[in-house]
Amino acid sequence: MKNLEQNNKVPEENEKKPGMKRREFLIRAAKAGLCVAAASSVGYYFYDPEGPGAFSQQESLVSLPDFSISDKSPVMAIVHGTGDRNKSLDMAIKAMGGMETFIKKGDKVLIKVNAAFASPPSLSATTHPDLVSETVRLCYAAGALSVVVTDNPINDPATCFSLTGIEKAALSQGARVILPREALFKPTTVTGAKLIRNWPLLYGPFDGITKLIGLAPIKDHHRSGASMTMKNWYGLLGGRRNIFHQDVHGVIEELAMMVSPTLVILDGTWTMMTNGPTGGSLSDLKQTHTMIVSTDQVAADSYGATLLGKSPENLPHILKAEAQGIGTTDFNSINPIRINAG
Amino acid sequence: MDSGLRRNDVLGKIETMKITTARKISQIFFVILFLWFCVTTVMGDKWWQLRGWPVNWIIQLDPLVGLGTLLATGTLYAGLLWGLLTIVLTIVLGRFFCGWVCPFGAIHQFMGFCGKYKKPLKNKISVNRYSQWQSFKYFLLFFFLAAAFMDFFEILVPGNPLIAGSLQIGLLDPIPLLYRSINLALLPLLDGSVVHLSSSVRFYDGAWVIGVIFITAITLNFLRPRFYCRYICPLGALFGILSRFSIFRIGKNKPECINCEVCEKNCEGACSPTSRIRINECVLCMNCVKDCRHEMMSYRMYPSEAGETVSPDMTRRGLVLTLASGALIPPMFKLSGATSLNWQAGLVRPPGSVIESEFLKRCIKCGQCMRVCPTNVIHPAGLETGFEALWTPSLNFRVGTSGCQHNCIACGNICPTAAIRPITLEERMGTGSHESQGPIRIGMAFVDHGRCLPWAMDLPCIVCQENCPVSPKAIFTREIFQTVRDHNGIQIRMLERNIAETTNKTLETDRFATGDYFLKISDMPDLSPLLITGNTENRIEFISSDILDEELYFGNRADILILLQQPYVDPEKCIGCGICQHECPVKGKRAIRITAENESRNREHSFLLSR
Repeated sequence: MKNLEQNNKVPEENEKKPGMKRREFLIRAAKAGLCVAAASSVGYYFYDPEGPGAFSQQESLVSLPDFSISDKSPVMAIVHGTGDRNKSLDMAIKAMGGMETFIKKGDKVLIKVNAAFASPPSLSATTHPDLVSETVRLCYAAGALSVVVTDNPINDPATCFSLTGIEKAALSQGARVILPREALFKPTTVTGAKLIRNWPLLYGPFDGITKLIGLAPIKDHHRSGASMTMKNWYGLLGGRRNIFHQDVHGVIEELAMMVSPTLVILDGTWTMMTNGPTGGSLSDLKQTHTMIVSTDQVAADSYGATLLGKSPENLPHILKAEAQGIGTTDFNSINPIRINAG
Repeated sequence: MDSGLRRNDVLGKIETMKITTARKISQIFFVILFLWFCVTTVMGDKWWQLRGWPVNWIIQLDPLVGLGTLLATGTLYAGLLWGLLTIVLTIVLGRFFCGWVCPFGAIHQFMGFCGKYKKPLKNKISVNRYSQWQSFKYFLLFFFLAAAFMDFFEILVPGNPLIAGSLQIGLLDPIPLLYRSINLALLPLLDGSVVHLSSSVRFYDGAWVIGVIFITAITLNFLRPRFYCRYICPLGALFGILSRFSIFRIGKNKPECINCEVCEKNCEGACSPTSRIRINECVLCMNCVKDCRHEMMSYRMYPSEAGETVSPDMTRRGLVLTLASGALIPPMFKLSGATSLNWQAGLVRPPGSVIESEFLKRCIKCGQCMRVCPTNVIHPAGLETGFEALWTPSLNFRVGTSGCQHNCIACGNICPTAAIRPITLEERMGTGSHESQGPIRIGMAFVDHGRCLPWAMDLPCIVCQENCPVSPKAIFTREIFQTVRDHNGIQIRMLERNIAETTNKTLETDRFATGDYFLKISDMPDLSPLLITGNTENRIEFISSDILDEELYFGNRADILILLQQPYVDPEKCIGCGICQHECPVKGKRAIRITAENESRNREHSFLLSR
């Protein structure tokens, strides 16, 4: 009897519980259902039946606008006879009608210097700081709203800009210095180019820029024969750019196609005759006392080549750039203004 | 009566609050100072950059750096004399450095606080009980000091390459450890991305191990507060030994108390203030003075009324065994021959580094050189160059923004122990008064002919030559014409003054227009190769030669040649800066690579007849 009673009691107690259990079950089932649904939808959402393609998605390409003053025929000034860069630059610019001819009120100017190496200004492997500060000053005097100085050097960027004196010179006249960093590079493809295709370009500093000035020294270069204004645009490329040395003349030609500057200033106050483009010793330099300012980069480099004792015929990249219609190797044809400052 | 007592309590609390507050202020000050020094250790002339900030001061205050190098080299280098001040103050005050100065200690203390926060009093007291294992740090100290002092026996057995000192104390010395961890593993996580101390993100090969050790040391505080300080820190051990002489010390005012043990709940040193205080473990945190509600604890000149222990739990036997095994370590290291016959050519040291055997007696692995290097070329050496050289500076030319820049002497001027000497630019370049010695060479570049584009693949390149910063360049080229593959013996239908027409249309349009290709007419030996300016499938334009006149030639054969400039390295000129290696377009394993060959710090590594 007792056993029976107990047996009876147990189901009685259980009879009260099923209600609870059912609810518990339902709640649990609902939770489980939700979890299953959530896991399934997450799985479905991220489901990728094809796997990654051969190439990841490309960033959209950028290209540099034309900064040249198109309504003017090419002009050029060559100043001889002074070792004072400020003076020779001022004379050249003045002879060309003043900086106002090129820089208008409200222009945002970018100055592309050559800051490639961490070496002092005296070695002339980089753009001279005097030239930087004077160009910045002239831009502001002509009414420029802002001036930016940039380059993607070969050696450590921060050291290059400080050791060459370029950063200090630029800041002294109120320009902004932009050092390269990953985020500033965007891929570019130069129209008609074989080499510069989907290649990282130092594009960030060009944001809002309306005028571009190239500032380069004249240097010997064992591979390309010479490093002047066109070669100077190399510093706008990022990535593994030195693989282009396999076709160095081709890449310089394409750099000239890529960049249409407002003005190029080619500094031949001192010319690096040997051991370029790094130099490293004063004995590599020769005092040539020349400042070349031009709107035609091919003409500027063609004249610059003569200071190195070369001619465009020895420098295929200059010939190639001329063949592209970028400018002329016959600099006399654009009637350069020649000034003797001596 | 009651209220009077309470007032006394309050007054006492205010009074003793001050000493722990002062201690906290001191700790915060030194942590901030330390972090500030890490921040400013960047080349540059801005106020927040390295321009005279005494960034090594905390390292110099660490007397173990001074003592270690003194034992190993017999000299106390420049700023390391500051360590003497710490020693003098320790003899007067006790282990103040641990409780008041050491930034690593402060971090541990904070982490320990987090670990015991809101835990019951009983737990707090139990984690601060003295453990016999705390004497482990003394063994470590004597072990490392014996290894350093082994150098002394060089005098007794001269000329034996196995008998030499080895300074390994930097592995565990808290100050170099902290500098190394922050400089190489933590700061780089932010630098160049979140904050811009350096212009780009910095990399340190193998730094994760340093980071993991740091995180482990910090995390262990949850097991025992100040775990590192109590059990491992060899610097703390040194102070522990010195503090037996200290004039001022913590002690009990009466031999007996109610033994509530509240004084132990925040005892940083786990030095048993309730019973027989262990002076050598006491880090002068002053928490017992603050926490005791009965004013039983004080900091004064006379010993504790409950008695005190002043020396570590070390037997003489244990000490001798430790010293002996420590002394055996360097000779065992030297068995690998890494400082003699089996020297590691892959271990390129920064410019100004002293000869390897001396280097290993000086370097404390603090990573200051690696942090200051503007090009991020100095990296902590891993185990591949031997355990003895672990975390010492080694140049990695693949990483960083450039090779070792020619105009830079930052590493030698920051090195706190002169493992890298503070050279001048003149000495590095071998100019001025150093002209007769020539430039400092850290190694030499070797061209790998199997990987170099002009050597192995008929591709023009010479990026290495272009970037060589030496004048005259250490890398020079020799020009060679190579016949382009499948372009020899081409049938020339007609040859004009500056145009050649081929019989078959087999040429790829404009392929040969790069300025590097030449046409060589086989049957005209006097005619030098003609520079090609353009081509179509069957027409080649070139710059003419005087030998070709207005005549037309028919039925010649010709080769298309490519002019290659092949790089060579001049061992007299190469300084091993590695800029060539950094720039080499063969990025994986570079086609030009630096090894420590010819480094000027060791005459034995030179293969030149002169110098």
